[in-house]
Amino acid sequence: MSSFIAALLNSLDIGMLLFVIASGLTIIFGVLGVLNFAHGALYMLGAYLVLTAMRHAALPFWAAVLVAPLLVAVFAAVVERLAVSRVYRRHITQSLLLTFALLLILDDAVRMIWGSGYHVVDPPALLRGTVQAFGVIYPRYSFFVIAAGAVIGVGIWLLFTRTRLGRRVRAAAVDRDMALAVGIDVPRLYTLVFAFGAWLAALGGALAAPMRTLGPAMGERIIIESFVVVVIGGLGSFPGALVGALILGLIHGFGARWVPELDIVLPYVGMALVLLLRPQGLGGRG
Amino acid sequence: MTAPLLEARAIRHFFGAFLAVDGVSLTVREGELTALIGANGAGKTTFYNIVSGRLTPTEGRVLLRGRDITGRPPHRITRMGIGRSFQITNIFADLSVLENVQVALVGHAGAGLRLWRAVARDQPLRRRALAVLGRLRLDHLAEEHAGALSHGDKRLLELAVVLASAPSLVLLDEPTAGMTPEETRAVVALIRELAADGEATFFLTEHDMDVVFGLAQRVFVMHRGRLLAEGTPEDIRANPEVRAAYLGEEVT
Amino acid sequence: MKGRPVLVPAVLLLVLAGLVALPWWGSYFALFLATEMLILGLFAASFNLLFGYTGLLSFGQAAYFGTGAYVAALLLRDIGPDFVWVLVAGPVAAALLAAVIGWFCVRLTEVYFAMLTLAFGMMVYAVYHQWRGLTGGSDGVAGFSITPLVSGLEAVNLANPMHYYFLTLAVVVASGYVLYRITTSPFGLILKSIRENAERAAFAGIPVRPYRLLAFTIAGFFAGVAGALFGPFNRIAVPEMVHWTMSAEPVLMTILGGSHNFLGPFLGAAVFLGLRTWLTSYTDQWMFFLGLILLFLVLFLPRGLLSLAEWRTRRRGR
Repeated sequence: MSSFIAALLNSLDIGMLLFVIASGLTIIFGVLGVLNFAHGALYMLGAYLVLTAMRHAALPFWAAVLVAPLLVAVFAAVVERLAVSRVYRRHITQSLLLTFALLLILDDAVRMIWGSGYHVVDPPALLRGTVQAFGVIYPRYSFFVIAAGAVIGVGIWLLFTRTRLGRRVRAAAVDRDMALAVGIDVPRLYTLVFAFGAWLAALGGALAAPMRTLGPAMGERIIIESFVVVVIGGLGSFPGALVGALILGLIHGFGARWVPELDIVLPYVGMALVLLLRPQGLGGRG
Repeated sequence: MTAPLLEARAIRHFFGAFLAVDGVSLTVREGELTALIGANGAGKTTFYNIVSGRLTPTEGRVLLRGRDITGRPPHRITRMGIGRSFQITNIFADLSVLENVQVALVGHAGAGLRLWRAVARDQPLRRRALAVLGRLRLDHLAEEHAGALSHGDKRLLELAVVLASAPSLVLLDEPTAGMTPEETRAVVALIRELAADGEATFFLTEHDMDVVFGLAQRVFVMHRGRLLAEGTPEDIRANPEVRAAYLGEEVT
Repeated sequence: MKGRPVLVPAVLLLVLAGLVALPWWGSYFALFLATEMLILGLFAASFNLLFGYTGLLSFGQAAYFGTGAYVAALLLRDIGPDFVWVLVAGPVAAALLAAVIGWFCVRLTEVYFAMLTLAFGMMVYAVYHQWRGLTGGSDGVAGFSITPLVSGLEAVNLANPMHYYFLTLAVVVASGYVLYRITTSPFGLILKSIRENAERAAFAGIPVRPYRLLAFTIAGFFAGVAGALFGPFNRIAVPEMVHWTMSAEPVLMTILGGSHNFLGPFLGAAVFLGLRTWLTSYTDQWMFFLGLILLFLVLFLPRGLLSLAEWRTRRRGR
């Protein structure tokens, strides 16, 4: 029983983290029609900036987690203005290649700045150690991540459904030209959305930093996982991102424990099944 | 008694809860230029989509020379002898005008699995394609990039692609839409000529009433998914229901 | 190829002559590089049959490339047949795999097709990576030597890099020629029509899915040819050859060279590898500069490098 609980908790903290990251990816796709290959690199950048903020700027964890994603968001906004915005009207392969180019640049930029070695980020004192709950002993920080993910999720949902900005974004996502016609500044909105998606990826990275070892390949794994989540949940569907992330979390949480040889392939099988049986995803319409 | 070329039996089609076509039955006789008219949203294009295999009707049957073709995939229906043009011109934009027609010829001949022979060197194919283009007075544009053609020429090219598949029945979805009066006159003359030559039986839908009454030998009127009336152009013009519903309220 | 009817064959002939004469004017290293360029050029060209000609963007071609490499390596290590059989078995295995996977993938289009090819590609990777018993897991398959091309043919010694280079050149040129004939055939015309307007193709009497599947299988076959040359060339077959990062290489090379021209992928492969060789002599982080170049290309030269040569041609089309 306790191993079941542990697996469940494991699924939740993996799932919630993936949810934060993947929701950024799905929002970018849903509104801009761009499949952001560089999303994993932005996640990685968020984690590394937290490392630097804590190590070299001597910022406490809380401040680093706030600052790092914002820096990445600003960077992403600049990239959108200069590069991404030029390929919206073109064939989708062009944006895929552009974001892939960004991935190459960012991946190696991280390597150049921080080296190819591995780094560790310590969780803040408040969240260190383990806690006994539900009959298992589990890291305190993981509970924090689960809670943080839920709060962020609710926050995003409120942002999109209750604010004027959110309504404008949804309008632009549904019909760009109509939105322009009613006076919505669509280009600026697009920049904001791209930056927001990047912010979410980097926030995921910042939150993940104390849980994962920082290394140059961390972005690669996450991007594939995020793709799987977004496909299963439905490209562009925010609730779908939650569903997909939890499913993937469950696959890893339970798969890693009971069928470790299959753990690596199960996400792709899930992705393929969804694409073949319900391509719009579990959360998508139609 | 030979079977009519096309027979639609009690076609009903729902889009979700919306009934787009409500029990339409009609026949098209071989060699009889037929028209389908109706206001926007009357269900004409949906009906065409059903006949050409783009849609499978919720209910009803479509028969081509007595053979049931309901719900068959478009490429099968084309091979069986129905060709169609679309409301929004549908051609191969990045290929040359000649290649557009060659695609249809290759598809029709079932020669698509030849992996070795160069198309550019295939003289018989080239001649046949030029012949089709010639019928539509497009042969001088053979080497042009299809996407660069004028709107009117693109519609003619689409017709050429359709005819290259040697159909018995040609569905024309608003063939003169977006054309200048000159182009319209040319197309009407062309269709009349092709029909007279026995090239195929034409079944067209149109908004331009002059075109319809000038060409059609038989007219069907659709209104809100139903068949309102059928008959010769004169019958239709005189039909009070049609006048009320479609041609405008008349003060009697 | 429209636009420069005399120029292109002349340039091509010159390049081929240069390649044939390479062992005499180039260094040992140039030979290795050229071998790799030819192999990856073929890989990219096979990808372009799907992408440039049929309009299908596949992110999983490494599955077939890698299968060619693994089958070659396993045959050489465990059975040791004449190399000519290795060159047959690798592509055939790859084509079979492509036919199976393709059957699923061609049911989808656009982004969904791309994602499904990615998913299957990674599934294949997972199999090669996990199945230690057969594939050696992450260690791969190594410890084999290259067999004679045909037993009894003493003059050809494939362990000699120069001989292997000539074999590669011959196979790649022959494969390239076959691919070219395919693109200019009625089948190739149908593929282009499917790329342009799949619906209109269907209404012209063409069953779209089977044609896509056949294109997918042929692309897999030639990716397998490239792989069957690549594995023995490196004296090893490793899971990285099946990973999505390997699948991305033909994509990059094709975009670099231009997908609108048959020779684009070959040029792209040469430029890509040339750049990599040049850049790695200066820095480990050559991907950074490659990324910058790719960024520049996407923004300003979306039709690839060959579009520079074509810009004066009035008519587009291929």
